[in-house]
Amino acid sequence: MALQSLDIRNRSASTFEGPSARQALEVAKLIDVSRCIGCKACQSACMEWNDLRGAVGVNDGLYTNPADLDDQTWTLMRFYEENLPTGLQWLILKDGCLHCAEPGCLKSCPSPGAIVQYANGIVDFHEESCIGCGYCISGCPFNIPRLRKEDSKVYKCTLCSDRVSVGLEPACVKTCPTGAIHFGSKADMLFQAQGRLADLADRGFKNAAVYDPKGVGGTHVVYVLPHGDHPEKYGLPRRPSVSPLVALWRSGFARTAGVVTMVGVAVAGILHYMRHGPLEVPEEKE
Amino acid sequence: MATANEPLIERHTVKERVVHWAIAIVFLFLFLSGLALFHPVFFWISALFGGGEFMRWLHPLVGVLLAILFAPYAAGLVRDNRWLPADQAWRAHMWAYMKKQYHPTDTGKYNAGQKLMYWSMVPIIAVLAVTGIVMWQPWFAPIFPATGRRLAGLLHAVGAFIMFVGIGIHVYAAYWTRGSIRAMVRGTVSSRWARFHHPGWYRQVTGKEP
Repeated sequence: MALQSLDIRNRSASTFEGPSARQALEVAKLIDVSRCIGCKACQSACMEWNDLRGAVGVNDGLYTNPADLDDQTWTLMRFYEENLPTGLQWLILKDGCLHCAEPGCLKSCPSPGAIVQYANGIVDFHEESCIGCGYCISGCPFNIPRLRKEDSKVYKCTLCSDRVSVGLEPACVKTCPTGAIHFGSKADMLFQAQGRLADLADRGFKNAAVYDPKGVGGTHVVYVLPHGDHPEKYGLPRRPSVSPLVALWRSGFARTAGVVTMVGVAVAGILHYMRHGPLEVPEEKE
Repeated sequence: MATANEPLIERHTVKERVVHWAIAIVFLFLFLSGLALFHPVFFWISALFGGGEFMRWLHPLVGVLLAILFAPYAAGLVRDNRWLPADQAWRAHMWAYMKKQYHPTDTGKYNAGQKLMYWSMVPIIAVLAVTGIVMWQPWFAPIFPATGRRLAGLLHAVGAFIMFVGIGIHVYAAYWTRGSIRAMVRGTVSSRWARFHHPGWYRQVTGKEP
């Protein structure tokens, strides 16, 4: 990703001012769930472009296959049978990294440069710097990163940062046969999403909504959910944010305050010794 | 301090001393490697331990070693660290003790400050061991729910911070109280030292009045 080093805006565990000589357009992927037919072409395209092949698993009776995201599966079609007020619904969600504007993974990561955020909004893992601690997994409010046991490295969707950097759309977007996935500037995608909401409202989906959660500063993968009042029915958290436990644990302020206090203990020892001297057995005790 | 004709009293057995210094070395590694993971300003410390990836792999293993060394060590010390009514006075005069304005005359093998250290380290190391296992990738962390792992991360950092402060005080107090480091290195103290710092213990081991 050397070509993209000019575009890195945030870098994990670094005191870092991102290079700002060139500007980049903030991008987003719009996933219109109402147009998705669950064909899994995006899942195949992801595997093909990124050259990933999971081990052949076991069919556990669900359409969701494999059963979960893993180091070889960076996007996964999840199928939910939900009893909604409008009747039994088959909800399908293309799960994967949402590329948060305020990524919990990057905030949690202790290894300098293992997680970066580009000016266009893509959050990327640089596996060669990954130390396998799994803090990013705890930091993520969406349960996306997956640690590969064989190499103790964490993997997730890159939003095809390699393709995007040369002006191509992500592989999943290119392959989607129904036009359910779009890619462009975030502003364009949100505009397009509003159009979709109007159309869905006409078709009776009065509660259709755009999922661009503000708790993580907005995301660079945005969903149009026909049942937008029930994001949890799609497996999406209703109000996602970086857990307050993680926010405190990885808080720059709290950690720096901790280090300053530790230095303070050492200083207090030196001052105490200078003021009071050592505790010696008094001579008169002889 | 100790003169040639002065009788020496054994304070720490060879086994105790060896385990103590083993724990000290293990703690130093755990503290430094943990600090590298705790704050980016200290990530360079990972270079001392074979790089971030290797250090991250080693840290939990050495953590287990600490637990294995510490548990029997602490069990051996529990008898002399029981909190007694007399210790209340030391605690009340802690600041005066630090200014050398107060000195109790009935201290047993360990004074109340040492007992407070003991009783803070025992639960802290237990918390660090348990939370460390909850965070341990890739072996144990996947077993636990996200909230458990997050809480473990926070408690591990807070516990390590308290442990550093505690051990910092412990190291300084040993340096400040002349004769203590010698006691933990060579194993012996002068009877003068024993009579002054731990008269109750002196009576117990020698049968003489301090």
